[in-house]
Amino acid sequence: MTLEVLSFGFMQRAIISGIAIALLCSVVGLFLVLRRYSLFGDAIAHSSFGGIAAGLLVGVYPLWTAYIVSLASAVIITKIRQKFDISGEAAVAVLLSSGIAVGLILISISGGFTVDIFSFLFGSILLVSTENTILILSLTGSILIVILLLYRNLIYSTFNEEQAKVSGIPVEKINYLIVFLAGITVVTSIQLVGILLISALFVIPNVTAIMYRRGFKQTVLVSISFAVFSVITGIILSYVFDITPSGAIVLLLIAIFAATLGIKSTGLIAKLTA
Amino acid sequence: MNVVDIQNLNVSYGDTKVIDDISFSVNQNDFLGIIGPNGAGKTTLFACMLGIIENYKGEIHFFGKNIRKSKKYLKDIGYVPQKPVFEKNFPITVREVVRMGMRNNDEKRIDKVLQQVWIHELDHRRIGELSVGQQQRVFIAKALIDNPKILILDEPVTGVDTQSTEIFYSILRELNEHQNITIIWSSHDLDAVNRLANKVACLNKTLFFHGISDDFFKNPELQKQYSESSMQEHMHHRIEK
Repeated sequence: MTLEVLSFGFMQRAIISGIAIALLCSVVGLFLVLRRYSLFGDAIAHSSFGGIAAGLLVGVYPLWTAYIVSLASAVIITKIRQKFDISGEAAVAVLLSSGIAVGLILISISGGFTVDIFSFLFGSILLVSTENTILILSLTGSILIVILLLYRNLIYSTFNEEQAKVSGIPVEKINYLIVFLAGITVVTSIQLVGILLISALFVIPNVTAIMYRRGFKQTVLVSISFAVFSVITGIILSYVFDITPSGAIVLLLIAIFAATLGIKSTGLIAKLTA
Repeated sequence: MNVVDIQNLNVSYGDTKVIDDISFSVNQNDFLGIIGPNGAGKTTLFACMLGIIENYKGEIHFFGKNIRKSKKYLKDIGYVPQKPVFEKNFPITVREVVRMGMRNNDEKRIDKVLQQVWIHELDHRRIGELSVGQQQRVFIAKALIDNPKILILDEPVTGVDTQSTEIFYSILRELNEHQNITIIWSSHDLDAVNRLANKVACLNKTLFFHGISDDFFKNPELQKQYSESSMQEHMHHRIEK
């Protein structure tokens, strides 16, 4: 049954795109989680809802407008935080609600909710085209190369901004780079789990991996493993049981998180790492 | 030879003067202890020297060059902050923290520096799991990894137990005496400054004294004057509050 499922072109595209997105969200998400920006992905996703609605209204491919709006939002939220000393969670709340508000108004002007809107809200990885798969792979490759090249600067400025500054790292530029990468990652990932569940991919594999008390590189690998496993299994289960892939993927991530909490409460992780 | 030269440094936060016209220099291989009460301006002085604060008046030169013109001098500086702020659950090992301070990966160099600060056996442990004293030794290792010429330490043993503090001081002495690293170190521990530093600077917004340690510590009258001025400033600060 499993092998038969994998022989379909749409399934192959879904799994390849899903793996790339899982990888991307784990890596970018770890920097956000460690910077206490966990809901930043959620805020960007909700703001991109306004972009998607604008695209549908004017007849432009919605993901392009979503990229523009989400990147602009990411930069604006960072500037507001720095300039007006507003807390991260408050800035995220403002961005999140304004994106949805703008989206709802644009959708009501364009004649109400359509199938297109629902596919962006809840994801539609099984419908991903060959062109989109290539776009997802290209963006994933590009972002991961940037992260690898700037690995030391990214990890250092996340660990301690002041010390990173003293070491000559351009911390402000790195901060903008991280939100910029997060903006691209969020919109790229919308096709997998949709706007409403995007933060699950950023946050859950990473908070789960952090509980295993490993170093940075190992935590990244553990997080990627959980995310990729959940995405592949979730996509296959969604086909077999005719359920939505995004829900299946997120529930699998939550199951791994719950299992890790269970293992942690037995003290096993502490014993293994002592 | 002067490695640091500070001339007429003034720093204000709004109407409050934090550093009032101080000038001093540090020679190569000096072990300079900077003492002063809380709020004396020690951390602000370091922030200026490290380029974190830039809106100061006066001039700071490292290795003969004005630090406003270039940040290249930072590659020759190792910095250990008072209490490094980081997320306790940050998934990073001791070895990875030390590697962060390095421009080219050289695992043998990391081993050597970890041994130097007596923390090699903990290299695989997460930094958040260590005691404050052990964490400070990790930050010394990170500061040393790129062979700095000057080490700047801002009250590095705050909250560290006595045994770890003594280990820490032994490491500083070794670095200064055998590796010729210039050390600029702020502390409340006058006894330790007396034992370790060859030069002392008494800061209390203004520079009360700067010179040979013995000239200060073997002069009870000077120490008394300094204590009184610190106490007056402290009381003034409390009344203002």
